[in-house]
Amino acid sequence: MSIEKTKRLKVALLGNPNAGKSSLFNHLTGLNQKIGNFPGVTVDKRTGTTRISDNLQAEIIDLPGIYSLYPKSLDEQIVLDLLHNKKDESSPDLLLVVIDASTLKRNMLLFTQIRDLGFPVILVLNMLDLAEKRGIKIDPLKLEKQLNVPIVAINARTGAGIAELKAAIACPVHTPPESYYKPEPLASGIISEVKEIFSLDNDYQAILLAHQYDNIRGLPQKEREELARLVNKYSFDSKAFQSKETIARYDVITRILRETVDEKPVDDKELGSTKIDRVLTHKVFGYLLFFLVLLLLFQAIFAWASYPMDLIDGGIAWINGALKQNLPEGPFTDLLTDGLIAGLGGVLIFIPQIAILFAFISILEESGYMSRVMFLMDKLMRPFGMSGRSVVPLISGVACAVPAIMSTRSIENWKERLITIFVTPLMSCSARIPVFTILIALVVPEKDVLGFFNLQGIVLMGLYLLGFLSAILSGWVMNKILKNKQRSFFIMELPSYRIPRWKNVGFTIYEKVKTFVLEAGKVIVAISIVLWVLASYGPGDIETTAVSQVKQELPELAEATPEFENAVSGKKLELSYAGKFGHFIEPVIRPLGFDWKIGVALITSFAAREVFIGTMSTIYSVGDSGEDEATVKQRMKEEINPKTGGPMYTPALAFSLLVFYLFAMQCMSTLAVVYRETKGWTWPLLQLVYMTGLAYGLSFITFNIFS
Amino acid sequence: MGEPKKSIADLKIGEKGIVCCFKDEEMSLKLLEMGCLPGSTVELSNKAPFGDPICIKVSGYNLSLRLEEAATVMLR
Repeated sequence: MSIEKTKRLKVALLGNPNAGKSSLFNHLTGLNQKIGNFPGVTVDKRTGTTRISDNLQAEIIDLPGIYSLYPKSLDEQIVLDLLHNKKDESSPDLLLVVIDASTLKRNMLLFTQIRDLGFPVILVLNMLDLAEKRGIKIDPLKLEKQLNVPIVAINARTGAGIAELKAAIACPVHTPPESYYKPEPLASGIISEVKEIFSLDNDYQAILLAHQYDNIRGLPQKEREELARLVNKYSFDSKAFQSKETIARYDVITRILRETVDEKPVDDKELGSTKIDRVLTHKVFGYLLFFLVLLLLFQAIFAWASYPMDLIDGGIAWINGALKQNLPEGPFTDLLTDGLIAGLGGVLIFIPQIAILFAFISILEESGYMSRVMFLMDKLMRPFGMSGRSVVPLISGVACAVPAIMSTRSIENWKERLITIFVTPLMSCSARIPVFTILIALVVPEKDVLGFFNLQGIVLMGLYLLGFLSAILSGWVMNKILKNKQRSFFIMELPSYRIPRWKNVGFTIYEKVKTFVLEAGKVIVAISIVLWVLASYGPGDIETTAVSQVKQELPELAEATPEFENAVSGKKLELSYAGKFGHFIEPVIRPLGFDWKIGVALITSFAAREVFIGTMSTIYSVGDSGEDEATVKQRMKEEINPKTGGPMYTPALAFSLLVFYLFAMQCMSTLAVVYRETKGWTWPLLQLVYMTGLAYGLSFITFNIFS
Repeated sequence: MGEPKKSIADLKIGEKGIVCCFKDEEMSLKLLEMGCLPGSTVELSNKAPFGDPICIKVSGYNLSLRLEEAATVMLR
């Protein structure tokens, strides 16, 4: 391989999950990373650049952790997509296979497969210290000679060995293509034909194509058909071959390791992890601890996050106020402030909660506890069509359904994944909190029950419980209806407990927040602008009409006073397209106790549920200061129902509205992400119909029970 | 050698066994690549509440699997 000064080396990081790939990636690239998408799929592609030497830059691609080249989940498929065609432009120049020395034998399987593909490879030996603790003594020099591949020992935790690794990347050794495993004698017919048709010179590449032609993305239909024909012609039994290959490879690995690794059985030394496991997955303490962790998480998301959220809220309001005072009045200023910046505020406000959520999840994952949670919950989740792996998305759903749905990609089984995606938005997300708090404060008295439980708090908790129950019950129903195409497996490594690497936690938070702001942010801002237009314009000159109507209806108000302006903006909203639409849907929502004003709020809530408050303040003419919840609440309290003469916001209406916000699918970002993840409109539309139908029905029942 | 009757699912906590064969091809593919090979020693190290899934120690690390999955791995 020749490296010119201008050429950037493409280096891919591969390895088993938990082998330390991400730590190495962070060490190599620092903050020079970006997250993109692999073409055609939504799996995050982490790339970064690093300086190898004075005249060599390397682009590092971090690939999902895999155990073999036979992928089981969507995440894992990516690796094969990238590696199957060496002639492809995006194909890497050099592969770094990161190996966890403490589970050397299992890690070596993937290494031998990758080496046999014919790529230049460097074996990166990580966690030698841990291996030594377990009585595994590796002689890297001997191993290097045996494998005929450059080996670099590193410590991804401390960063030791990174310089040596860079030196090895700079002067790659060209390895002779001697395979560890030779499939040829068993399948010579199909291999030689695939090699000829695809002009390949590598046996293993040829046989992988025969194994995986149906899964590899980007394979032209014609080639796919051709491969299918060959598989048929030679009656190639993929499963039997995979099994033979794995056993043969382990034989080779065992032979090599026997000569290069000194393994003393340190029995029961390592029992530490097992001992901790017996407590953490105990039938009492295990669940108790998990419950406490959840409690802490909720506390953090709801109580601690409120301080930075208030700051952001205040900051946005301040910017908007300053802009309005200093810019000339007009539609442009209004669009900038009430449309764009308000929409942006709706995105930024969620950053603290998302950061806290992912700090938690990342710490739990890094420490190894998360897989114990899955282990603990698997049996309980199964009747509801989900598995232990669904627990993380469901918990994440409490902050925001968008990242939660994205985290379902690691679920191997399609049906389980689909059910998890479908029911996650029923978990009450943080955008519902402002709506809940204002409505609860409106109708539930603030008093203590049994001495110390706050009644309002209990109602709020009940709503969360209701959301969770509806999620798992929906899962149960879907489990009965959906046919399972695949079998569900729960074969999962339980990694040893470790102290989290804080740098990795930091990068995860940064990455998730960035993704959220960019992905969900785009939709929320766009919808906010559309809604602003709908709420600001109407048929004809609504400004003049509004002013004259207010003058007629409220002659006591003096012109140019704040009260007058507020009344005009309220009237304007009624006359706008959004207001017209509210009137239009009023007959439909009347059975739930809602009027056209709530109808407008329901529509605007599509951008994000918490827009409810802002809309209410505009409708009730609280004016621009109306972000202040107390004012809106006061105004809503005083609202009179024109039909009954009593207060509009009776407990019946408030509870009906609460139930509606709990169940209804009022989130464009979630629909967009479900569309991306399920690759079609079927599931997001079903979700929209199901959740909104559920909301309508249950609100109707609630309203009639309480009134 | 007669038909093996005992599977991983029958192990007690702390008990060891040697893998002999698999009853299910699809399962075996996944287990093989995780280093659970015929001839390798497995030890039942832990069970989740309700006895399912279980956690076995195999080729130097902990692997969790469901009881029904464990029942397809026969011991000799």
